[in-house]
Amino acid sequence: MKKSLLTMVAVVLCLCMFAGCSTDAPSGGGTQTDAETASNEVFKIGATGPLTGGAAIYGIAAKQGAELAAAEINALGGLQFEINYQDDEHDAEKAVNAYNALQDWGMQIFLSSVTSTPAVATAVEAFEDRVFGLTPSASSTAVLEGNDNIYQMCFADPNQGSATAQYVADNYPEAVVAVIYKNDDVYSKGVYDTFAAAAKELELNIVSETTFTEDSQQDFSVQIADAQNAGADFVFLPMYYQPASLIFAQANAVGYNPTYFGIDGMDGILTLEGFDTSLAEGVMLLTPFSADAQDDKTVNFVTKYQEQYGETPNQFAADGYDCVYAIYEAIQSSDGAITVDMEAPAICEELIAIFNGGFSFDGVTGAGMTWNENGEVSKSPTAVVIQDGVYVGVK
Amino acid sequence: MRALSNQKLRKSLYAYAIVIIGYAVIQVLANGGGLSSAFEGQLVPICAYVVMALSLNLTVGVMGDLSLGHAGFMSVGAFSGAVACIALENMIPVPALRLTASIAVGAVCAGCAGVIIGIPVLRLKGDYLAIVTLAFGEIIKNIITCFYVGQDNRGLRFGFLTSINDLNLGDGARTIIDGPMGLRSVPKLSSFTAGFILILVTLAIILNLVNSRSGRAIMALRDNRIAAESVGIPAAKYKLMAFVTSAALAGAAGTLYVLNFSTTVASKFNFNTSILILLFVVLGGLGNMWGSIVAAALLTVLPEMLRQFNNYRMLVYAIVLILVMLATNNSSVRTLVGKMKEAAALVFKKRGTGR
Amino acid sequence: MAFLSHLISGISLGSVYAIIALGYTMVYGIAKMLNFAHGDVIMVGGYVSFFAASAWGLHPVLGLLLAITVCTVLGVAIERFAYKPLRQAASLAVLITAIGVSYFLQNAAQILWSSNPKVFSSIVGNTNFPMLDGRITVSLIALATVGACIVIMILLTWFTGKTRMGKAMRACSEDKAAAQLMGISVDFVISVTFAVGSALAAVAGVLLCSMYPTLTPTTGAMPGIKAFTAAVFGGIGSIPGAMLGGILLGIIEIMGKAYISTQLSDAIVFAVLIIVLLLKPFGLLGRHVTEKV
Repeated sequence: MKKSLLTMVAVVLCLCMFAGCSTDAPSGGGTQTDAETASNEVFKIGATGPLTGGAAIYGIAAKQGAELAAAEINALGGLQFEINYQDDEHDAEKAVNAYNALQDWGMQIFLSSVTSTPAVATAVEAFEDRVFGLTPSASSTAVLEGNDNIYQMCFADPNQGSATAQYVADNYPEAVVAVIYKNDDVYSKGVYDTFAAAAKELELNIVSETTFTEDSQQDFSVQIADAQNAGADFVFLPMYYQPASLIFAQANAVGYNPTYFGIDGMDGILTLEGFDTSLAEGVMLLTPFSADAQDDKTVNFVTKYQEQYGETPNQFAADGYDCVYAIYEAIQSSDGAITVDMEAPAICEELIAIFNGGFSFDGVTGAGMTWNENGEVSKSPTAVVIQDGVYVGVK
Repeated sequence: MRALSNQKLRKSLYAYAIVIIGYAVIQVLANGGGLSSAFEGQLVPICAYVVMALSLNLTVGVMGDLSLGHAGFMSVGAFSGAVACIALENMIPVPALRLTASIAVGAVCAGCAGVIIGIPVLRLKGDYLAIVTLAFGEIIKNIITCFYVGQDNRGLRFGFLTSINDLNLGDGARTIIDGPMGLRSVPKLSSFTAGFILILVTLAIILNLVNSRSGRAIMALRDNRIAAESVGIPAAKYKLMAFVTSAALAGAAGTLYVLNFSTTVASKFNFNTSILILLFVVLGGLGNMWGSIVAAALLTVLPEMLRQFNNYRMLVYAIVLILVMLATNNSSVRTLVGKMKEAAALVFKKRGTGR
Repeated sequence: MAFLSHLISGISLGSVYAIIALGYTMVYGIAKMLNFAHGDVIMVGGYVSFFAASAWGLHPVLGLLLAITVCTVLGVAIERFAYKPLRQAASLAVLITAIGVSYFLQNAAQILWSSNPKVFSSIVGNTNFPMLDGRITVSLIALATVGACIVIMILLTWFTGKTRMGKAMRACSEDKAAAQLMGISVDFVISVTFAVGSALAAVAGVLLCSMYPTLTPTTGAMPGIKAFTAAVFGGIGSIPGAMLGGILLGIIEIMGKAYISTQLSDAIVFAVLIIVLLLKPFGLLGRHVTEKV
């Protein structure tokens, strides 16, 4: 065994040396500019997200959105951005590693992390190092708690939960409600908790509450039967679209067709490759972004994204895209107070002042967005309903 | 016989030497500013993984039973240690003492879990034992996901299968474990020095156990259970002793790990983490303690070294893993390494006699 | 009535586990290794079948055959390049290599086919049969899976019991060295085992994705682990045991969710497994091997 160990050490050391030789070159981003001039002419924007593993779909989408925005901004010839997305595998430990790698790279502005658990871990680090953070999609409130320099581009979980409860109470006061949520997921459980609290206050009639986990997200027959037997005519699904698509199919197979209500994670269901959109007919969701919107900004974004990556952007891509543009506009609105040669802490203080000082931003995920000093975004969630395979706005 | 004990002694000394030299080198580098913050940030997780690998080596290498749920004990230690750390905030204000106390609590809780799990598990053999440890690892993960702990002026409040709102926390409320959202706002007490000391303590415990009368009994049971039992070695007692020690050390590693991050979720300690630890042990060599230390440290750093490969990173990691396994078990490579060692020994000897 | 409906869901879920477990137990029984990459071969089978149907417009049956071919080649290639050089090595070394192969397949799939989920269209369509005035629904795919499971179990039992190759396999399973001395090419037998195991994985992949129609690079991982559990539950190495273990595991999972708690369903499944293994330490139908001194 000793020999085998020596061999292993030799192999790994060789590899490390090989890796070490080339770490001087800037790694990451698809929008790199020339390495030598990079340090003093471009803003170095770092971010972490799951680029491998089960959650990779969210990280890759946000990365592509952010890189698309940076490419557009760089093409304008004014401010120059370099985006460096590092893989965090949807894990707090790896996210801190990724964050530290970004620090070594010389990050000036941080797009935080894409998913909540890693974002909570990196937010604390960014708070200590005074790096400004704007997360595209980490919606847990724990990301913002106690950190004055971390901001969100997406709705916070409580907003989504209570907004949904309010919407149901206003429009369907007689609704008999069932909830299915993912019990080992920060996002799903976070929305559920606030929904449940708000529903209690509004005296909604919740008859069935069932859960699933990462390990058991294939068969939903029990959850569906529970909702059906309890007579629910309204099913709230605070989850991402992949498990939701299975619920639609399985409920349809047993002839159960209630009104479904989703949250922003549901966006993407219509572009799911091979999905029979008739199953999602009548699904309502509160979402800030829809790829089918006809305004110029969205059309431009969706077309370019499709050209570049060959797929329709989802909400994460839109959030990543907006984050970069928000930072771009914030820097422009500083009238030269923020320059490329500034250190991260100095930029951080300037950006905090701008974001707290009535800065308003129009992006593809909403118009007239403003931020409060906790870092929460204020934008109006729009309720949409799926009709004939497209989103239709509801009043 | 003397040669044998010398060899054993030398192996133990190797293990201590690697840890102490590693610590000294890193401290010098850190003080000289020669460490990247990426590497510095990994020091505590590396220490935790080294302790995990050492403790699993006790089960898999020394005792000879495959455990696929070692991360479960890490999880128990992590969550109980973190709760202890927050609860003791006012009672023990000195961070170093509080860290020690938390690690002790983590180790005791994980040790208790080790007793509860070990008694039934150790009656089984081989793959059946492996699958039951896997099962316990999954059960622990599932149960901690449904666990809620909060603190207010009246003390700690526990809840199971409810939500944090149902704990009815009063004044001075603070959420500690929020079910699936995991630990919240954990104080970052762990340091590299603490990790270093924990590795030394772990090594001392394991090497003492292995080289003691009990250790010889455990290894006799591994090599031939029937023969060992027939000379009157109580299998259940000695196996349980090794298993519980291993669990308690894993718990200590869990506490060290968790007090380095502001948040940790229960699903972090899943089957994949158990497998990762097993990977360190197998690559380092079964029963070889200094091998586990080196393998755990190298394989924790490796994925970070591969960051430049971007999306291909984990693919490269997988390929390296397969190649290393193939190379280490390839007879011609092994002969080559053996020859190189002989040559090196020859050179050293010549120099020695020439003087 | 609800009970009956849960039972049916349990059997359909269990039949998916069973069909994966058959492949696991087959490879374990002969090669004596835990092939952790089995779940990922299933995923590859699912993708091949998906692209056969969606990109090339092949008939589902042709897609299934193509998936079987690709997976068989893949399985034999994995065996040749990753496992064969380790034939003499410790069993744990092979286990770790299998895990490496599993990581490799998952990450290669992500790079090749992206991590965006794909929705698989069922190979037998979405036909459902309402029974007892529509109070219970049985889907065609569930019937097909249970049917496929039984057919495969019978075929495998016949294959290992009656054919020349099967006898060679059993001989290798008993004692590789002795089999070699009797003129059996152990390497060839093990390659054939992997070919059969991987072909089964392809069938399992297509049926799994037909029943639960989303496909991602990690689709095979969790069903793989559960099927491994099922195989041990039934007595690893035993073909009827894998089938029984798989179906029971499915039923326990559904019943645990329905009558105890959906939040604790994973814990319940594994707790039952532990209790059964404590009462029957070699699984439900496993062979009790007496140790000789």
